[in-house]
Formats: sequence, C-alpha cells, structure tokens
Amino acid sequence: MREPGLWLLFSAGGTLAALFLPVLVAVLWVAPGVGWLEPPAHQALAAVSGGVVGRLLLTALIVLALYHWAHRFRYTLYDGLQLYHLNQLIAALTYGVATVLSVVAVVVVWG
Amino acid sequence: MNPAYRRHHPKWHRARMPIFWWLRKWSYFRFIARELTSLFVAYAAVLLLVELRAVGAGPEALARFTAWLRSPPVAALHVVVLLALLFHTLTWLHLAPRAMVVRLGSRRVPDVAVLMGHYGGWLAASGLVAWVLLR
Amino acid sequence: MPETLVLEVRRYRPEEEAEPTWQRYQVPFRREWMVLDALNHIKDHLDGSLSFRWSCRMGVCGSCGMMVNGDPVLTCATYLETLLPGPVRVEPLRGFPVIRDLVGALTDFLVKLRRVQPWIVRETESPPAQGEYRQTPDELAAYRSYAQCINCMLCYSACPIYELEPGFLGPAVIALAQRYNLDSRDQGREARMEVLSEHDGIWACTLVGECSTVCPKHVDPAGAIQRYKLEAAAAWAKALLRPGSGP
Repeated sequence: MREPGLWLLFSAGGTLAALFLPVLVAVLWVAPGVGWLEPPAHQALAAVSGGVVGRLLLTALIVLALYHWAHRFRYTLYDGLQLYHLNQLIAALTYGVATVLSVVAVVVVWG
Repeated sequence: MNPAYRRHHPKWHRARMPIFWWLRKWSYFRFIARELTSLFVAYAAVLLLVELRAVGAGPEALARFTAWLRSPPVAALHVVVLLALLFHTLTWLHLAPRAMVVRLGSRRVPDVAVLMGHYGGWLAASGLVAWVLLR
Repeated sequence: MPETLVLEVRRYRPEEEAEPTWQRYQVPFRREWMVLDALNHIKDHLDGSLSFRWSCRMGVCGSCGMMVNGDPVLTCATYLETLLPGPVRVEPLRGFPVIRDLVGALTDFLVKLRRVQPWIVRETESPPAQGEYRQTPDELAAYRSYAQCINCMLCYSACPIYELEPGFLGPAVIALAQRYNLDSRDQGREARMEVLSEHDGIWACTLVGECSTVCPKHVDPAGAIQRYKLEAAAAWAKALLRPGSGP
C-alpha cells in the first residue's frame, strides 16, 4: 500500500515548491531575463550551492518537486484523460522519470 | 408464487463521462489548470539542475546560461512559468487550512488566521531566499 | 416579472425509450416558488407521469437533489426567480444511474456508507448504571459540522472523481466516517481505517473541492478528506518506522 508514502512525497514537494520556487524563478531567471536585475554572481551561487546546508536544501527541493510532479501528473492523466487502462504504464513512467532525475540531481548537487 | 413470473428490473440509464468533462464547467477547468502547474514545477526543478551544473562548470558556463535567459522567447517563457508557479503557491496555501485544525489550548484557530500564517510564512521564506541570493 | 417560465425536464421511461429525452413544460411563475414547486405543479396539473423524489421541502431530508442548469442543488431550496428568464434545465443528479425521469439509484452510496460503519463503535461498553457517555461542548464541536450531513448526494454529483472512478468512496461517506472518528465516544477509528485507506478510499481524491462548494449544510467534506489523508499518512509512517506496532 504505497499511496500514503507517495502522497506524503507529493505534499512535501508541493509545499517546498509553493514556498521557494516563485522567488527562485523570479530572482534567478525572470528578473535577469527581462533586465530588471543583474543575476546573482557566480561566486554567490557557488557559495550557496557549495555548502552542506545549501546542498541538502537544494536536493530536498529538487527531488521532492520532481515527485510532486510525478504524483500529480499521474492523476491528471488518469482522471483528466481517463487513461485507466494505462495506469501501470503512467505510474511507471512518471515515478520512473522522477527517480532518474532525482539520481541526476544528487550527482549534480553533490558531485 | 406463479412460476411464470419473472422479476422485472427496469433498465437503468448510465451516462458516460465525456473525455473533455473538464471543459464542462469553469470550476473543473480551473481544477485541471491547477493540477497542470505540476509541469511547471518539474520544469523549474530541472532548470535549477541545469543552472547548478553550469555553476559547477565555472563562470563562463554560467554566463552562457545567463545569455540564454536573456533571449526574448526564453524570458517570456519564464514569465509564464512564474505565473504558473504563483498560481500553484496561491492555490496550495489557500487549501492549507482545510487539512489542519490548529488548536491553541481548547480554542480552534480560525481558518483565516491559519491562512494568513501560511501566506506570511511564504513571504518570509521568499524574502530570506532573495536576500541570500542578492546580497 | 413574467407570468410563466419554461422548464426543460429530462425524461427517461425505460419501458418506452432506450435513451433519455427532454420535455418542455410551461409553468406559472411565482416569486415565492422553488424549483420543487414548479415540478409539483407539473405533476399535479400538466403531466402526472413525471417521477421525482421529495419530502420535507425545507432542506433537511436530502431527498430532492437534482441538477438545475448543470449545478447540483436541493430543488426545495432554489428559487425560480434566481433562474429567470429560463428555460430551466432539470436533470437527475449526475453520477448515479437513472431509474426513471429524475430518480437516481443511490444504492452505491448506501453500500459504501455501510462499509465505514457510520455508528458509534465501542470496544468496551460501560454498563447503563454508569450513566451516559458524557461529552463537552468542545468535544462536540470537533465533529459537529460532519454530523450535519443530510445524505443529499449533491457532493457526489459535484465530484468528477466519483463519476470517473466508480470505486471511489466519495465525499459524504468519508465525511460521515470522520464524524464518528472524531466523536469522543467512538472507539472505531482503526476499524474504519482499513476501508478508508484502500486505493479507492481517500487516496482517489485529488481535492477538486467542488463537494464542499455545493454542500447545502456546510459540511466541508473536502476538509474531512484532507484531514484524514494526513492522519492516514501519519499512521502509515508510524507503522513503517515501528513495524509490528501499527494496524
């Protein structure tokens, strides 16, 4: 009975994404993209992403955000397009992709 | 009982759910739109990884990433991503009071207070992250 | 104010037709009339063959739920005036098989309701001599809103998941299970958890939230489900960390 565990991952991911993604996207990508702000300097980003705390937080954010997407998207396909007969396949694809990308995340963040 | 008697069961009508049921009502459409924000969450997570890799590769790699950010289609895309993520945040935090019944002693904290607490927490977290990145 | 109003009513007579049809009726418009009054006018004066359920006509029995212009409502609580100029579409509650005209088959709900044991479950009964099980106002407040459910089924019609996944327990069943779980006199939490924690129990719910929007008694089943998800997930996590101690 894996549903409770998957739901907890989904909830944690959704909460971290809700709290941190808007500001990250605004500061790192939108403000520099439209020219409102200079992006943070390489040194600053390296410092944040180099420390143990920063690495732990980034890993948690990225991995949980991915599992949040996997769980939610799986249900959206399941209910939104009524793809019940493909249930196993969709679950395998979504959680599979999330797991693969999570491994990549650990390698990138801690490598 | 007359052995010729057959129990009559009228044929119940079972309506089928159309594929595009979520276009039937505005609230259903909003629900699907809300759920699809998960795609933007995944996009942001992946792009964060790409940027972290560029950071790890050195200032030139990061400069190339920044230049890519500045191209108009990419900048426009990220504005859309930001709006979608804000939609996720606002709907996620709005539903927070539903899941929790917070009690102080024997009194239940009103939903509005829990909601304000969540929004306040979000603004504080965002402020902190912005400060860490921009100082 | 117009003199009359047109109702377009969904008819289904299994002995005559294979598919439901529409029938138009012109009823008098009265400011104080509800949709139910218009339906009763049709039955009394225009077409006695129209079948529908109703009882208390004051919003406490839960019998008269129907789709009016696409929204699930209690027809005894919906003024015709709010639906001007019409025509007003009246259909049976969505999500349930239609037996005839505006009458739906609610068997599925009743079967599911029974499975969550919607009554006080006690492991130990105290003898009558000890008196009643007492409850403070705060303890009552913990489950009071869930006790307001009148089983009108509007929430099932509003829930797209119930229509999509026939195994889903549904909003009212879960809210009623919570009504007893949260009752201080009840000891049946574990017994109910097994049923609620099935894949089609609470986990099929994706918090669309429409159930709470349409509930005429402000039960907030969406909230009940969300709270229970948290509780069930916490119980699952605890069982995982301490194997052998969980349910």
